[in-house]
Amino acid sequence: MLKEVFIDHYIYLALTLFCIGILGVLIRRNAIVLFMSIELMLNSVNLLLVAFSSRMGDAAGQIFVFFIMTVAAAEVAVGLAIIVMLYRNTRSIDIGDANKLKW
Amino acid sequence: MNTILALLIIAPVVGFLINGLYGHKLSKTLAAIIGSSAILISFICTILLFKSVPENGVRIQFFNILKLEAFNLDAAFLIDHLSLMMMSIITGIGFLIHLYSAGYMQHDKGMAKFFAYLNLFIFSMILLVAGSSYTLMFFGWEGVGLCSYLLIGFWFTNGDYANAAKKAFVMNRIGDLGFLMGMFLFLQNFGSLDYSVLKAGHLQISTGMATAITLLLFVGAMGKSAQIPLYTWLPDAMAGPTPVSALIHAATMVTAGIYMIVRSNAIFALAPFTMHFVATIGLATALFAGTIALFQNDIKKVLAYSTVSQLGFMFLGLGVGAFTSGMFHLMTHAFFKALLFLGAGSVIHAMSGEQSIAKMGGLRKQIPLTFWTFTIGVFAIIGIPFTSGFVSKDEILNATYAFNPMYFYLAAFGAVLTIFYMLRLWYLTFFGNFRGGKEQMDHLHESPLNMTLPLMVLAVLSIVGGFIQLPELFHGHPYLIEYLKPVVSNMVAEHSGEGHETFEWALFGGTIVVLIFMFAWTFKLFGKKESVSEEYTGLAGVLEKKYYVDEIYSFLFVKPLEHISVLLSKVVDNKIVDGMVFLTGKFVTWSGTTLRYIQNGQTGFYFLMMSIAIVVMLAYNLLFKL
Repeated sequence: MLKEVFIDHYIYLALTLFCIGILGVLIRRNAIVLFMSIELMLNSVNLLLVAFSSRMGDAAGQIFVFFIMTVAAAEVAVGLAIIVMLYRNTRSIDIGDANKLKW
Repeated sequence: MNTILALLIIAPVVGFLINGLYGHKLSKTLAAIIGSSAILISFICTILLFKSVPENGVRIQFFNILKLEAFNLDAAFLIDHLSLMMMSIITGIGFLIHLYSAGYMQHDKGMAKFFAYLNLFIFSMILLVAGSSYTLMFFGWEGVGLCSYLLIGFWFTNGDYANAAKKAFVMNRIGDLGFLMGMFLFLQNFGSLDYSVLKAGHLQISTGMATAITLLLFVGAMGKSAQIPLYTWLPDAMAGPTPVSALIHAATMVTAGIYMIVRSNAIFALAPFTMHFVATIGLATALFAGTIALFQNDIKKVLAYSTVSQLGFMFLGLGVGAFTSGMFHLMTHAFFKALLFLGAGSVIHAMSGEQSIAKMGGLRKQIPLTFWTFTIGVFAIIGIPFTSGFVSKDEILNATYAFNPMYFYLAAFGAVLTIFYMLRLWYLTFFGNFRGGKEQMDHLHESPLNMTLPLMVLAVLSIVGGFIQLPELFHGHPYLIEYLKPVVSNMVAEHSGEGHETFEWALFGGTIVVLIFMFAWTFKLFGKKESVSEEYTGLAGVLEKKYYVDEIYSFLFVKPLEHISVLLSKVVDNKIVDGMVFLTGKFVTWSGTTLRYIQNGQTGFYFLMMSIAIVVMLAYNLLFKL
């Protein structure tokens, strides 16, 4: 079935998701939303990998996606921990408040 | 034989190390004993070697220092008649002077340092004359240069003395450059710097190349042996303690150039132009320095110019091909000039450090022993018949006559100059009335025994030193020529026949007449002088100011160099080099100050920048790379 959907559509979808992720990171100030946007970008890339993998008939892409997801899980654990610590210290999860490290 | 040689070489090094490293813990007496006994050991070893050395010399190799494809350096020593003769002069006179220094330097707190330097000097000198290759000779050559620098500047807190030391070092460096280049050419032509290639008649080399090599080697000799134009350092070197002047700047180091030429006589023989050049430079130096010595008032300066002049005579002897005569004069000169310097030291010691002969006079009564030994030295240098100086100078003059009568007359005139300035010195110092101050008068005293003993030994040598080779006229036998025959091939035309004997008698008679006349004349001039002027006018003034050579060199070389140095320092270094360094720092500071505002702490801003950068890079890749 998959073969009947052109690869273009996957690319457009992944691109859209990626752009939404970028805009989320750029515009929003809530740390949790930011974090979700990053995950969105990551997964749009995963989607692209899987699509090409299926199209090319090469399993390597899909295996690669598994690794990315594993790493992403670890990354989530670390990232959330950072956000928790941020909240405990500033009583806010607005990244605009985390601006102490500058000139 | 190996052991004796090793001991000979190592003894001064041990003395140097003990005095140099632990000198501050030793008492002055102990330092003097260690320093002197080290040289005594070397001297005894040299004497022992005399018996066992074979006719053609022997090459003793201890170990290999450097082995390259095209070059081989062995720690090997060539012990033959020539090097033994030099070594016995160095260690023998060296020991006497060490002994003398123990008395002369007893009031100086740098005694151990002084003996350490002297021992190092003797070691370098042995290396210079005993090494079996030009490379080892060069090591020694530089070593004696260093010791000379250290000892001239021994009282370095005096700025003039320190400058004199620097001058000697720099002048020698000019000569060394020539010597080094000569060595390079030699190596290129013969593939080795070992003396074993220097076999007369076996040298495969064109005359042009031989001339180039020998001229460069002679430049080295000019520096070390104070010949025109590199002689100006030697009179200034008198800033050092007097025993140093006697040992280094009269008896041994300055003769290194003569030794080097005699050692290389096989190749010099192939370059007639160089021989002519050597003779001319020697003669010019002998006359030039002799005239300067006429009006010097400093007792050591007179002796210094006299040394330059006598070195000129030696080079004249070498240049006319009478290598043995040059060596002979080297030996006798070492005796009587060391004697004269040590005697002068004794006079200075008695005069509480006063060196001007204008302030001396009548000293023969107060310091009789110094007077008599000094007199013997004077008699030897002016050539009273049958003293050592007479015999050796007579030989050089004879050989010069055979070479070119014009050179002979000029050289004879140089010898007359010697008579004049030495007798002037003698009369002004020891005759007439005392011209110094009252305090000096009361302080006058004869030197201690360890200072006068070397004087007496050297006085005896100055008389009998010439007997080893009395002129044939007096049925002498040329022992020295025969002794050096395996190493040195003389190039003097064999003089024989009636005509020559007549000439020799004429020379002998002429010498006596001139001597009697000069004694009378100089006595009339200086014998009873009440006051000696410190200022001279006219020609004498020019001579007293040493022809203004120092001033000319200063104007031609020193001042321009100083100006260039100032220019380089003030403009190139301070402005350009430093400017570039500072500019780098300033740029970093400026860019940091400017760019730091980008780091504003806003994560969103960083991310935006990152995104823009990624887009730009991707766009660049897409548009231009694909």
